[in-house]
Amino acid sequence: MPRLLCLLSVLVLMPQLAWAGLDETINAATAPIASAISAVVFFKITVFGAQLPLVVLWLVIGAVFFTLRMGFVNIWGFKHAIELVRGDYSNPNDAGEVTHFQALATAVSGTVGIGNIGGVAVAVTVGGPGATFWLIAAGFLGMSTKFVECTLGVKYRNENSDGSVSGGPMYYLRRGFADRNMPGFGKFLGTFYAIGIFIGALGIGNMFQSNQAYVQLNTVTGGMFDDLGWLVGLVMAAVVFSVIIGGIKSIAAVTEKVVPFMAIFYCFFALIVIFMNGAALPEAISNIFTGAFTGEGVAGGALGALIIGFQRAVFSNEAGIGSASIAHSAVKTNEPVTEGVVSLLEPFIDTIVICTITALVIGTSAVANPGFAGDATGIAMTSAAFETQISWFPIPLAFAGMLFAFSTMISWSYYGLKGWTYLFGEAQLGQTIYKLIFCAFVALGCVVQLGPILDISDALVFLICVPNILGLYVLTPVVKRELDSYMSRIRTGEIKKFKTSKAS
Amino acid sequence: MSRVFVVAVDGSSGSERALQAAIELSKMTDAKLVLAHVIEWSPFTFHTPDELAVRHKRREEELDRAREVVLGPSKSVTEEAGITSDTVVRHGHPTETLIEIAEEASASHIFIGRKGQSKIRTLFFGSVASSLVQTSPVPITVVP
Repeated sequence: MPRLLCLLSVLVLMPQLAWAGLDETINAATAPIASAISAVVFFKITVFGAQLPLVVLWLVIGAVFFTLRMGFVNIWGFKHAIELVRGDYSNPNDAGEVTHFQALATAVSGTVGIGNIGGVAVAVTVGGPGATFWLIAAGFLGMSTKFVECTLGVKYRNENSDGSVSGGPMYYLRRGFADRNMPGFGKFLGTFYAIGIFIGALGIGNMFQSNQAYVQLNTVTGGMFDDLGWLVGLVMAAVVFSVIIGGIKSIAAVTEKVVPFMAIFYCFFALIVIFMNGAALPEAISNIFTGAFTGEGVAGGALGALIIGFQRAVFSNEAGIGSASIAHSAVKTNEPVTEGVVSLLEPFIDTIVICTITALVIGTSAVANPGFAGDATGIAMTSAAFETQISWFPIPLAFAGMLFAFSTMISWSYYGLKGWTYLFGEAQLGQTIYKLIFCAFVALGCVVQLGPILDISDALVFLICVPNILGLYVLTPVVKRELDSYMSRIRTGEIKKFKTSKAS
Repeated sequence: MSRVFVVAVDGSSGSERALQAAIELSKMTDAKLVLAHVIEWSPFTFHTPDELAVRHKRREEELDRAREVVLGPSKSVTEEAGITSDTVVRHGHPTETLIEIAEEASASHIFIGRKGQSKIRTLFFGSVASSLVQTSPVPITVVP
């Protein structure tokens, strides 16, 4: 291990030594590729003066279709989701296996990230309060997409020879299409997806997170870490290294335990701030509704607000990207539909609860103290909204942000790894190489501002929603059949609650 | 119907003494023993995705190990004493799961050893024996 650490530090220090040169060289070399890919993936059409990226339209149409096709499972499935998470339907003989709660919690910790705090602030600044309405609407529709994804993730997961399970879009694309007599196309889509998630994991799930965590740490300490990005990066990389390569699971275990409480703690303090701004609440809420349909002061009017709200929701809950179905696939269940139902709660918690709370914090602060944030945007704006009511809050917020970033990196390292092993097999050496690359990128994220590389990774993450949603359309009949059969067995009582049957 | 006693075993010296006490009493009352081992586990804990992926395999390993290291030796002790016994290993909350096992087996009595842990430790973490005493639906014998 010391040798690996040594290698890692060389990888990190190299860009430091060649500071000025390296950034620019990489940027110059990748910028044309990045802008070409971005131009394709985020191709925008102009509708009534608003810029609408086609990929957002693609995701929203998918979400609307799945909501209708599954008969509003996102509404009526909600109560059943809570019963499943509570374990009412869990067979006691399966005690010790991965529960619905555990699969959900892991997937949520991968999606709840810095975007829930900072990204929403950006959306509200650019899209006005009305963007909040469309954010909630998109979160609601996204629940149906998640349902389809996660049901398929469990149905077509792979049980490896060593007893572990691998699931996710690459598996359901390959095996699902093979079942429908399109093996060649399925194989192509699966491989395409695996490449996309592997590269995406290095950007959105890695460099972006470590970079934001560093920026936030630096801001809250008053610039103590200016020019020390390499040090922060090295420390972060070392911690990630110790978890994913060193096998020191306890660090991850601690984070995984702390993050849910951080989310609750964040919501709790946010509600206090909203309560303290109570007088402004009715106006803030009415702004959300009027803004949603008039789009006052927003580029592109109501449609502009809609696009920004939808885009933020998609970025945040990843519905349609397929990443979370990798985490959900580990659950122990004989009925794939159950995990689909449970996954409904994920966009709900991420977008409808946490993002909306952030939006309300900013909305009420803006009504109560216009201009509260000065020039601050993103996470600094949320931080300022808290600061006006609770002066010491930016510090725990920064701490929470670091942990959110860390848990997102751990989750995404796994998603990327699954893409990698899908492409190159389960061999140990290959996995170690991937993990080393991943750690190097953690450090790199703090050191250099590699805009174009991040753009490529962002674009690829959205590019993979093309094969993913295409697959979801083709496999919709499979999911629908599973859902109908499951629901009829619930109605006839063939599938029983274990808890009540024991009590009676 | 013959009587059934549940004995909580975990391989500790306390649990060996509990087993001895149970054997003595079952000789006198012609009772059958259920040797129960609980692996502490909660459905509401948080894990990383890689831990979840290998969980199924881990669980099998944990169960095998419990059968081999804890239940196997206890079973031979009861056999040598000429007592019939069943073994159960299960994941869950120690106290609740022991009560579940006792109810399923229609046991009339539970035997459990005492760890003899420090007062501070008990204050913070409680002890299985004392919470069992407070919640069990059947008589408990705590063996020191």
